[in-house]
Amino acid sequence: MKAGGSISIWFFIGISLLVNGLLILGSGIYELFHAPQVPVVLFHLHASVWWGGILALLGAGYCFYFAPGKGRV
Amino acid sequence: MTPALAFLNVPRLVHLSTVDLVIIVFYFVLVLAIGFYLKERANTGEDFFMAGREMTAWIAGLSFLSANLGALELMGWAGSAYQYGILATHWYWIGAIPAMLFLALVMMPFYYISKTHSVPGYLKLRFGESSRVLSSICFAFMTVLMSGINMYSMALVLKIILGWNINVSILVSSLTVAIYVSLGGLRSAIFNEVLQFILIWAGALLIPILGLIEAGGWAGLKARIAVNASAEYTHMWSTMGHFKDNPMGIHWTGIVFGLAAVISTGYWTTDFLVVQRVLAAKDLRAAKMAPIIGAAFKMFVPFIVILPGLLGLALLPMKLMPEAQAIATGGHSYNEVLPLMLARYCGPGLLGLGITALIAGFMSGMAGNVSAFTTVWTYDIYRALINKNATDKHYVTMGRLSTIGGVIISVVTAYVVIDFKSIMDYVQALFSFFIAPLFATVIIGMLWKRATPAGGFWGLLAGTGSSVGMWAWVKLDPTALRYVALSPYARDMAENMYRALWSCLTCAIVTFLVSLATKPKPEAELKGLVYGATDIPSETYVSMFHRPWFWAVVVAVIFVGLNIIFW
Repeated sequence: MKAGGSISIWFFIGISLLVNGLLILGSGIYELFHAPQVPVVLFHLHASVWWGGILALLGAGYCFYFAPGKGRV
Repeated sequence: MTPALAFLNVPRLVHLSTVDLVIIVFYFVLVLAIGFYLKERANTGEDFFMAGREMTAWIAGLSFLSANLGALELMGWAGSAYQYGILATHWYWIGAIPAMLFLALVMMPFYYISKTHSVPGYLKLRFGESSRVLSSICFAFMTVLMSGINMYSMALVLKIILGWNINVSILVSSLTVAIYVSLGGLRSAIFNEVLQFILIWAGALLIPILGLIEAGGWAGLKARIAVNASAEYTHMWSTMGHFKDNPMGIHWTGIVFGLAAVISTGYWTTDFLVVQRVLAAKDLRAAKMAPIIGAAFKMFVPFIVILPGLLGLALLPMKLMPEAQAIATGGHSYNEVLPLMLARYCGPGLLGLGITALIAGFMSGMAGNVSAFTTVWTYDIYRALINKNATDKHYVTMGRLSTIGGVIISVVTAYVVIDFKSIMDYVQALFSFFIAPLFATVIIGMLWKRATPAGGFWGLLAGTGSSVGMWAWVKLDPTALRYVALSPYARDMAENMYRALWSCLTCAIVTFLVSLATKPKPEAELKGLVYGATDIPSETYVSMFHRPWFWAVVVAVIFVGLNIIFW
C-alpha cells in the first residue's frame, strides 16, 4: 500500500526501525566500554547490541526494498 | 534540570536516559510526519472516512489488530496474567480467533458488498433508520468515552512509570492524535496503527525472550510458578470445571458461551472500531483475508502480553498486589508488571523503545476510537439527522471538525475520570451492554431473510435494556448474582460473560417473535445484505494459497493445537 503520492508505508516503518535500531545499537556499544554502575539483569548478554543490530538491519532492508520510486507497495 | 523538564522531576518506576527520550520524541515526529504527508490524500469523503477503500489485506489486517492493542490491553492483560495465570490467554485465543475467522468468512461479504460506511450504516440498509439511529448514538457516545478513558489510562501509566505530569501527557497525546487523524483521516490512522503495531512488537518482544532465558525455559518458568503461586496457573482448561477451582472464579461454559460465542464475536464482528479497518480493504478477497491475518498475529500476542505477566510471577523479587492495596502500602500493583519487567532487562535505548511501544499502544487505541467516532458521527448522525443534502466537501470538513471535537470530548472525559474513577468501571460495563445485543441483531439480519425492520429495532432495544436491567439488579441486590451468573461464587468477569449471553438471547428471541408478527421487506430490497439474497463472488479463479478459506483452516488448526498444548 502506498502512502501519499509515492511513498510506501513500509518505507516509513523501515525508517523507524533503522533509526531506533542504530540508536539502541550505539547505546549498547557504548555500554560495552563503559559498563553501567547498576546493570540490568542479564546485562552480560548485551541485548542492546544484538537487538539494536537486528532492528537496524531489518529497517535498512525495508528502506532499500520500499524506497520511493521503486514502485513497490 | 531546566524548568521545561521540571515535570519529569517526580518519583518514577524507571529513569530514562537521553537516548530513550530521543527515541520517544522521534516516534512523535514520525507519527505527525505521516499525518502531514497523507493530508493530500484525504480530500473526498471516500478518502477521509474509508481510506479510499484501497488497503491491502496486510495493511487492513495489521491495523484491524492494532486498533485493539490500545488502552489497557498491554499492561492490563499482563497484570491479569500475573493475577490469574495463563487463564488470561482465553481473551486472546478462544475469545478472539473464532470470532475473527467468523467475521472473515461469514460476515465480511455482506458488509463489503453492501458498500456500507459503517456498522450502523448496515443496520440502516437492513432494518431501517430507527435501528441505525439507536446503534449510532450509543456507539458514538461510548466510543468517545472510551477514548477519554484510554487517554487517562495513558497519562496515568506515564505518571507511574516515568513520573510525567498527567496534564502534559494528556495534552501531548491528544494534540498528536487530533493532528494526524484530522489531517489524513482513516488512512492516516491506519498507517500509524501499522507503524505502532511494528513498534509494539519491536519494543516488547525482548522481555519474553530474556525472561525465558533467565527462568530456564518454559519448564523452568512452570516450576518457579508452581513454587511462587500454584501449578494451576499454567493450565488453560483443566481448572475450569468449577467456579471455585480457578483464580478467575469462572466456569468453562462462561468462557465458551459467554466470552467466545457472544462477547468476543460481538466485539470482533460488530464493533465499528475494528470493522472499519477491514471495510477499507481494496477488494472482497482482501477484506476476507485481513481478519485472518489479524487472527494469525493475535494468536501470538500472548507472547508479549501474557508471558511477561507469568515471568513476573516467577522472577520478580517483590509480590505485586491489587491497585488499592498498592496505593495504601506504597507497593507495586499487578498492572505494573510489564514496566517492571521492562526495567529489569532493558538498558538505555531498549527502555526508550519499550516505553514507545506502550505509548504507541495507547495512541493506536485512542486514534481508532476517534476515527470510528468521526465516521459514525458524520455519516450516521449528522448526515442522517441534521444535514442530509450537503456536498461531499462539507462532510469532509465536518469529519475534520468532529475529529477535533471527539478529541476535546475525550479530554473532558479523561478529566472526569480523574475525579470520579468509578466511572471507568461503569463505562466499561455500558460498552458491554450494547455489543452483545448488536451482534444478535446484525447476524440475524445477515442470515435470516424473514427478519423485519421492526424485529431488528425492538430486538436491539430489548437486548440492550435487558443487559442494563441485569447489571442494575446485581448492583442493587448482590445475591441476584446466583441467577444472572448461575453461581454465587461467580466474579465480575463471569457476571459479564453471562449477562452478555442472556442479553444476546433476549435480543434474538424478541427479534424472532416481532419479525414473525410484522411484515418483512421484499426480497429485492435485501440484495447484497442477506444470505440467500446475495451473489457472493466465487474464488475459484485464484490458487488454493490465495483463498481465505485455506488460511482460515491453517489458523484454526494452530489455534486448536495451542489450546491442547496448554490445556
